[in-house]
Formats: sequence, C-alpha cells, structure tokens
Amino acid sequence: MRIALFVTCLADTMFPAAAKATVQLLERLGHEVVFPPGQTCCGQMHINTGYQREALPLIRRHVRTFAPYDVVVAPSGSCVGSVRHQHAMVARSAGDEGLAARAEDVAGRTYELSELLVDVLGVEDVGAYYPHRVTYHPTCHSLRMIRVGDKPQRLLRQVRGLELVELPAADQCCGFGGTFALKNADTSTAMLADKMRHVLDTGAEVCTAGDSSCLMHIGGGLSRLDAGVRTVHLAEILAATEEL
Amino acid sequence: MSTFLGMPTTAPRGVGNLRGDEPFPAAARKALGNDQLRRNLGHATATIRAKSGAVIGELPDWQELRAAGSALKAATMARLPELLVELEEKVTAAGGVVHWAADANEANAIVTDLVRQTGQRRVIKVKSMATQEIGLNEALEAAGIEPVETDLAELIVQLGHDKPSHILVPAIHRNRAEIREIFLREMPGVDPALTDEPVILAGAARRYLRETFLSTPVAVSGANFAVAETGTLVVLESEGNGRMCLTLPETLITVMGIEKLVPTWQDLEVFLQLLPRASTGERMNPYTSMWTGVTPGDGPQNFHLVLLDNGRTAVLADEVGRQALHCIRCSACLNVCPVYERTGGHAYGSVYPGPIGAVLSPQLTGVEDNASLPYASSLCGACFDACPVKIDIPSILVHLRNEHVRARKRPTPESIAMAAAAYTMDHPRLYTAAQHAAKLSKYAGRRLPPPLNGWTASRDAPKPPPETFRDWWAKR
Repeated sequence: MRIALFVTCLADTMFPAAAKATVQLLERLGHEVVFPPGQTCCGQMHINTGYQREALPLIRRHVRTFAPYDVVVAPSGSCVGSVRHQHAMVARSAGDEGLAARAEDVAGRTYELSELLVDVLGVEDVGAYYPHRVTYHPTCHSLRMIRVGDKPQRLLRQVRGLELVELPAADQCCGFGGTFALKNADTSTAMLADKMRHVLDTGAEVCTAGDSSCLMHIGGGLSRLDAGVRTVHLAEILAATEEL
Repeated sequence: MSTFLGMPTTAPRGVGNLRGDEPFPAAARKALGNDQLRRNLGHATATIRAKSGAVIGELPDWQELRAAGSALKAATMARLPELLVELEEKVTAAGGVVHWAADANEANAIVTDLVRQTGQRRVIKVKSMATQEIGLNEALEAAGIEPVETDLAELIVQLGHDKPSHILVPAIHRNRAEIREIFLREMPGVDPALTDEPVILAGAARRYLRETFLSTPVAVSGANFAVAETGTLVVLESEGNGRMCLTLPETLITVMGIEKLVPTWQDLEVFLQLLPRASTGERMNPYTSMWTGVTPGDGPQNFHLVLLDNGRTAVLADEVGRQALHCIRCSACLNVCPVYERTGGHAYGSVYPGPIGAVLSPQLTGVEDNASLPYASSLCGACFDACPVKIDIPSILVHLRNEHVRARKRPTPESIAMAAAAYTMDHPRLYTAAQHAAKLSKYAGRRLPPPLNGWTASRDAPKPPPETFRDWWAKR
C-alpha cells in the first residue's frame, strides 16, 4: 500500500526518531511510504489557543498537501484528532464550505499509527523485538478524541521480549494540553507529578505513548527528576527488531 | 425584554457571584499549595467517580439516554420563549405568581420584597445554584433577613463563612475534622463533646435545623426542572431538608434559571434517570419533590416563581456556546476533571466551577470578564465523556478562546508570536530555516527564556536532534 506520512511539526523538528521509526516499520511491513514535501503543521496549536483565523492557511495547506493520497498516517493521536474534529469546523466557521468538505474528505483517509496498523493493514504482530519493561500512557486525544481503544496495547502485547505493565489511573491527563502547559504551568505540573508517580509505581524502564507531545512533557518531568525512566514513542518500539 | 424603543440591542450580561478576584492561574497556584485541600478533593472525587461509574455501568442504554437528554435540551432551547410563556400561564392558573428577573439584582430585589411582605426576618433555604449565583444570601442579610441553609454541606459552607467549591457537594474541600471545628465554633447550641464521626456531625445539624424548620414560615428554593405543559416545579435532593422547606412553610419562593424548562411531564423520565446516576451515583433520587402552584390546605399557600435570565439569553444567542445551557448541574464533569481535582472550585472564581463553569461563567458575564477560564483546561475531554447530556465542553472552550482572542483590541506578545508562527508554517522554506535555528539553539535542558520558562520550571526541554526528519528524508 502507498501511504503518505503526515510527520507532524513536532516529530519533524524535535522527535525525528518517532517519524523515522514510522517509515521503517511500514516499509518493513512491505508498504511504500511517501513524504509530501509541502506539509508543515496542522494548526492545532493555533486552534486550541484561540487563533482560528491564523490556523486557516495551515488547514488549507494541509488539505492541499494530502488531498492526492488514499491513505495518510501520523505518529500522533492529537494531530489526527485535530484533522478529524477541528479542520472542517474551523473552515466552516470561516464560511469556507468547500474547504470544510475537502478537509472532511482528507480526514476520512487519515489514521493514527495504531489505527492504520490494526484497522487498515490488519496486523497486530509487526515482528518487533524490544526486551524491556514498558508501561503505556493512553494520551487523551487518542483515547477520547479519535478513540483508538486498546489498539496500541494489542500491538505492544505482540512485541517479543516486551513486558507490558499496566499504568494506574492511565486515562487521566498527564497535564500537557499544548499551551496549557505554559499558561497554567502550576496546574500542569501538579497533574504531571501524579502521572510520574504512577509511571514510577509500575517499575517500568520505559513509558510509551502515541504522541510525542505528551511524551515530551512526561519525559521532561522524569528527566528533571533524574528518575531513571525514559519515554519512547510507540512507533520506535514497534520498529525495533533484533537486527537493529 | 421586548419593550418597544427601549429594546436592548444585546441581551444583558450576568451579574452576581460569577467573577473571581484574580485570574485562574494565580488562584490555582494558591489552591495547589494547600495540601489538605488536595487530599480532600482527591479522595472525594475518586469516591464519587467510582460510585457513579458503577451505577452507570448497570444501564445498557446509558448512551441512548444521554442522546435523548441532549436532544430534549436542544429542542427546548430552540423554542424557549414560547415554553416560558406556557410555564407562566400554567403556574399562574394553578395559583402561583410568576416574576421575571433580567439579572441578579432584579431577582434579589424581587425575593427581598416578597420576604418583607410576609413580615418575617428569617427564611429557610433549599440548596440552589441560582440563589448562590445571584448572591441572594448577601442581599437578604443586607435587608436584615437571615437566610438559613438547610442542606448539610451548604450549612457547613454558610457556618464557615466560606464559599461553595462544588456544584453538588459544596463543602467537598472540607474533611470531617474541619467540619467538626466549624460546628463547634459556629453552630448555636452545639454539644461541646461533638466528635468528627459523620453520623454525629449529621445529628448535630439535624437538631439545629429541626427547630428552624418548625419555626420558619418562609422558604426559598431553586429548581432542577420545570414542566411547561403543567406548570410543575421539580426539586431533587437527598437529605429530606428540601422536602421540609417545600412543604412546611406558608410561603415558598423559587428562583429558577430560564433554561431549566422541559416541555412535557414525560421528558422528566429521561432526566430523572440521568441526573442521580451522573451526580451522586444513586440509581434513583432519594427525595424528589414536585408541586404545581398552590394546593388549598396542603403545603405552602403562597407560591412565587422568579424566572432568572442573568446572561442566559446572551448564551442562547451563541450557536456553539448555547449547549452550556443544557447543563443539569450534576457535577459529573467536575468529578472527572484533572484540573478541578487539583485546584478545587474556588480557583474558578465563579459559583460555577470546573469544566462547566469554565464554559458557563465566561458566557454569562461576557468572555472579557472571565478571560482566564476558557484556558483552565488541558482539553483532555474527560468532561465531554462524563456529561449526561453530552455537552461538548472541549469544543466550547476552544470556541471561547477564539472569541477572547478576537475581542482583544491590541496585539499582545502572544498574538504577534502566533501570527509569526502561522506565517512561518505557511512558508515551507521559512519553516525549514526556523527548524534549523531551533536545532542550533543553545537553549535546551533546564532553563528556557520567557515565555517558555513556564515549561522549564518543572520539566527539562528536549535536546534538539542533530537533523530534522525532513533532512533525513532528503538524504535517503
């Protein structure tokens, strides 16, 4: 299958390992990955901070960039959530029905990584090997906005060598929330403290999730404490093999 | 409101207890520093969540009920003016008197006058968000009338000279040791040997209140629902104090927001299933009182209904935000909110805290008066999933943030940065250059400059990678 990668601006700029892993994983499974070069950012940060007008050209760009592809994948539940639940809404509020319709069309063909693997490609065992004790944090937007359910855990359970331990109070927000982490830094930190406590309680070496943004927050907190637990994107675990 | 010539071009904004003294982040900072508050809230919200989750799980048709509740509310709002007139007609025909209050001040004046006309100096009160919203207790006290709260938690708040911090459990921020201290200090005639056992504390309140119930002939209540087709008012409570207030006095004055209507009696079937399970985690509400006007020889012989706008018409005019008026005040969104669980209700300033408060208060007052509230959320979506009438709170928050940004007259550092970021991201060559600038940045690790220092106060910043994804891709 020919799959267009929507890399997301954060993975592109700060966490390329998650994006590279997405490419390597899909290629290993026998698919062709293309990277439409005009892509930048889906505009979620602007939309969620109140700047819908500023987000409009970014939505237009995203829709134009990905319209030619049958299947689009992103290593982020949050950015896929914005594409599915916000792009058409913002276009419609701006009175651009044509853009809204095209945005809905693209959104219907856009998948978060675990959705693509399980729902579209029909695989749960991706042939990965990752000999570590891992806990999975379901990010809010993957859980409640696009509802990936237990697809990430189903994929992780098939990874050889991996011991998956359940995260207590897993469905509680880690406190990232985009610009919330800056505008309400104290509350965000209080939420992070509880999330880190739960992660540490599992005794896991690795905390994984489907969003680099939440992992940047959780990982930044764990790093500040020198807690000895690292954050790794789901794609990197699924891309890992004995050969690498 | 439709007076000719003097007709206002926009609906009036809400006044009363809807505004805080300081923005949410500052108030939250103080609350986060209160360890006892954090423990009390964490314990209480976890307990209610578990209880509510269990009884909701028993219903195979919970999602259908939510959809029905949402649809009924939307249909009601679509013809609210005619339904309100129908309610007025039915209440009047049944012997009640209907008053219309454009805002909190008018409502307070109406209620104060009505109490004065009875010649009484004291009223008993059923727990009510509408009267908290308008600050009725303060208004009555200013007129020399003593209001006595009869809901146990509301009484704790009143005796503690405190403010409610939760819609349903207004003293959720207090534990039983603190409640014992408040009773010992403030409750007339309390037994000095009072312990902090819940049954002993409740007994003390009961003795104090029983005397008040029997000797006070005027009561003030709110309403959970009003049925337009019959003129019936409905109050749900779980202590029996409401039943006392609604049946014993000679005069009953009910203050109700204009959005509390349901068109028909049958519509209650849906809400009486949704509300107890979503709020207190009960299968059936313990005390459900319903009354229609005045029944000669039975119950209050004088009934007044005060219909309160206080900004609601302005909310109704907003296509996205109007669903906040569907709220049935169950508090499920508070109990699941990770922000509320840590900051408590007082940080929100308004009497309406938590996620619903963050969308309701700024709409009632105009967003400029509660500008920090739409941002008091990580947009995690737990509130939307928990809401028994499916109010899409995250979408309203995003909408209100946009309203707030658009209403600003002058550019701010944030708006300039946002515009620059959007411009950069719409020009791939600039975007690539910016990525490389980030890569070369000396800022990484433990301290970033403003405005990013809020990040590094508690989290390390990630180290920029040696090459971006698109650089790697281009070299493949």
